[in-house]
Amino acid sequence: MTEQKKITLLEAVNLALHRAMLEDANVVMLGEDIGVNGGVFRATQGLRERFGFKRVLDTPLAEAMIAGVSVGMAAQGLKPVMEIQFLGFIYAAMEHLVSHASRLRNRTRGRLSCPLVVRSPMGAGIRAPEHHSESTEALFAHIPGLRVLVPSSPARAYGLLLAAIDDPDPVIFLEPTRLYRMNPQVVVDDGRRLPLDSCFTLREGQDITLISWGGSVHETLQAAAQLEQRGVSVEVIDVACIKPLDLDTLEASVRKTGRAVIIHEAPRSCGVGAEIAASLYERALLDLQAPIVRVTAPDIPPPLYRLEQLYIPAVEDILAACDSTLNYA
Amino acid sequence: MPNKIDLPYTRYLDPAGQPVQPLPAWASDFALLTRLYRQMQLTRLFDLKTVALQRTGRIGTYAPCLGQEAIGVALGSLMQAEDVLVPYYRDTGLQLLRGVRMEEILLYWGGDERGSAYADPAVAEDFPLCVPIATQALHACGVASAFKIRGQHRVAVTTCGDGATSKGDFLEALNVAGAWQLPVVFVVNNNQWAISVPRRIQCGAPTLAQKAIGAGFAGEQVDGNDVVAVYERFAQALERARQGKGPVLLECLSYRLGDHTTADDATRYRPAEEVKQAWQEEPIKRLQAYLVAQGQWDESREQALIADCQAQLQAAVLAYEAIGQQPAESAMDYVYAQWPAALADQRELLQARAARQLNGGRHD
Repeated sequence: MTEQKKITLLEAVNLALHRAMLEDANVVMLGEDIGVNGGVFRATQGLRERFGFKRVLDTPLAEAMIAGVSVGMAAQGLKPVMEIQFLGFIYAAMEHLVSHASRLRNRTRGRLSCPLVVRSPMGAGIRAPEHHSESTEALFAHIPGLRVLVPSSPARAYGLLLAAIDDPDPVIFLEPTRLYRMNPQVVVDDGRRLPLDSCFTLREGQDITLISWGGSVHETLQAAAQLEQRGVSVEVIDVACIKPLDLDTLEASVRKTGRAVIIHEAPRSCGVGAEIAASLYERALLDLQAPIVRVTAPDIPPPLYRLEQLYIPAVEDILAACDSTLNYA
Repeated sequence: MPNKIDLPYTRYLDPAGQPVQPLPAWASDFALLTRLYRQMQLTRLFDLKTVALQRTGRIGTYAPCLGQEAIGVALGSLMQAEDVLVPYYRDTGLQLLRGVRMEEILLYWGGDERGSAYADPAVAEDFPLCVPIATQALHACGVASAFKIRGQHRVAVTTCGDGATSKGDFLEALNVAGAWQLPVVFVVNNNQWAISVPRRIQCGAPTLAQKAIGAGFAGEQVDGNDVVAVYERFAQALERARQGKGPVLLECLSYRLGDHTTADDATRYRPAEEVKQAWQEEPIKRLQAYLVAQGQWDESREQALIADCQAQLQAAVLAYEAIGQQPAESAMDYVYAQWPAALADQRELLQARAARQLNGGRHD
């Protein structure tokens, strides 16, 4: 891999997985179609050829099994990186993630632990079939003992995934399918990890803070560019680490700008945006110049693809929310 | 007509302790049989003591193993230290033999996570008791996968009740164990009752063991109240798995003589006549009758055993009651390897809440 070649988020995931397996013989991969086929998106392409069938396991088609087996492997000191083919299929695996992976360390007072990583594509926007477009990060963020990450660029996917695999606790790593092949960038394969408890400030500004993660970061950056052309100084923060939240960074930004818009693709009610807004009100109420506004999907299931653009917050939605915030008395 | 599958069923001693067929060669070792007997009695007395501790408010809810002592004792006597047990919540007898201490079992049911921290290095890799039904079967497959990946000749042993075999997790575990030929032994303690639901309406198949057939490996039934039968068949299964010849499912037919837990009242749903009959077939009386008939056991040895067990129980209860409260921070110390700095304010809230409660002034 030449250092100057631009790669996609998908290729960055693949690069990080290769690196992790090379660095640590305890790292194993398991999931449906991840071996010979290299994953339905090709995220695990080449791993089986390079690291063998004992470390890259094509599993029977059973999500609870994939998660349960990963718990057993992790308790044995392996580092399973399990793939759930689409986030809409993860519910069968929930009991193992919620009742076991997240609690094994606590239940045994540290005697056993569960350092597994769940990788799953998330989100709408690729004209996929039913049940292939969910954004349910809030379900996992609610569970004590889990960490939840959503990268939104190739470089952050690479550095966060390596850090997730290193982490001694279970990590849910959600990959926005809409960004898989968008916005390639140069990623140096130097094994550098990114911190698991920090937001990423993508651009600095004085007038308003746009807070987003995952697929919506793309539209948020577009909205920010348009606002800048109108003379508005915009700060954009990619939350990236959904649990635990880096509220200090968010608070400092909002204290500076006095205005915040939160943009996420998941439905509004009890979304992570609600947690962020509540925390910012607790911490910075008197510095706010306007109410915090959320731009989200409505509380509906992701529509089939003919209407799926209704679901995804658009640049125009973000601009409208920014206008109302900026024009608030 | 449904397909008929004739599975092996093994019994050596009938309910009266009479051999129904020649016993395996190892059973001529009376020192071993006597050890099994002693351990079954110890398990029962500890189990009864634990129920009594719950009745007097010294521990919380407990799931007794009354009547199923032969299963746990046979398994626990045969597993090697390097094997890993992935148990469910009715495995007191098995856990004691693995090396879990009596006071740890009391501590767990007494509402303290340290009861699953297991001090004995021999059980360092064993799983804690699993409460969500059947999920442990998949964890055992993960443990067995790790053994296989590393080329270790170790076996994962997992237990569950008859109700658990209805769950998808159990079936998914059998399926992957068969597909990957994992070194795992599934032991179903078919004690006939899943709380209030009897075996006959739990599943339409004539046996639970035959579920293994659909996963491509051997399943068999054994008289779970005959410790000789459980020991013999489990020894074979364990050896087979250790040699890399794949998984085995052992369905042990027993009976839950006690309530589901101390919070349950089985008289609400179970005929007294059935329980009375089950007491005629329980495992301890059966082995005792055999040992007495062989001149290997008598009343004086029985009295000495019971006195010895009671002394152990008394010491365990004293040890349990001497264990102090965990500090408030312990509720946070093990949620993550390191409590995230981003959640530091919650630590302060917890400490403040603990301080108020210690001062007697509950604000919540």
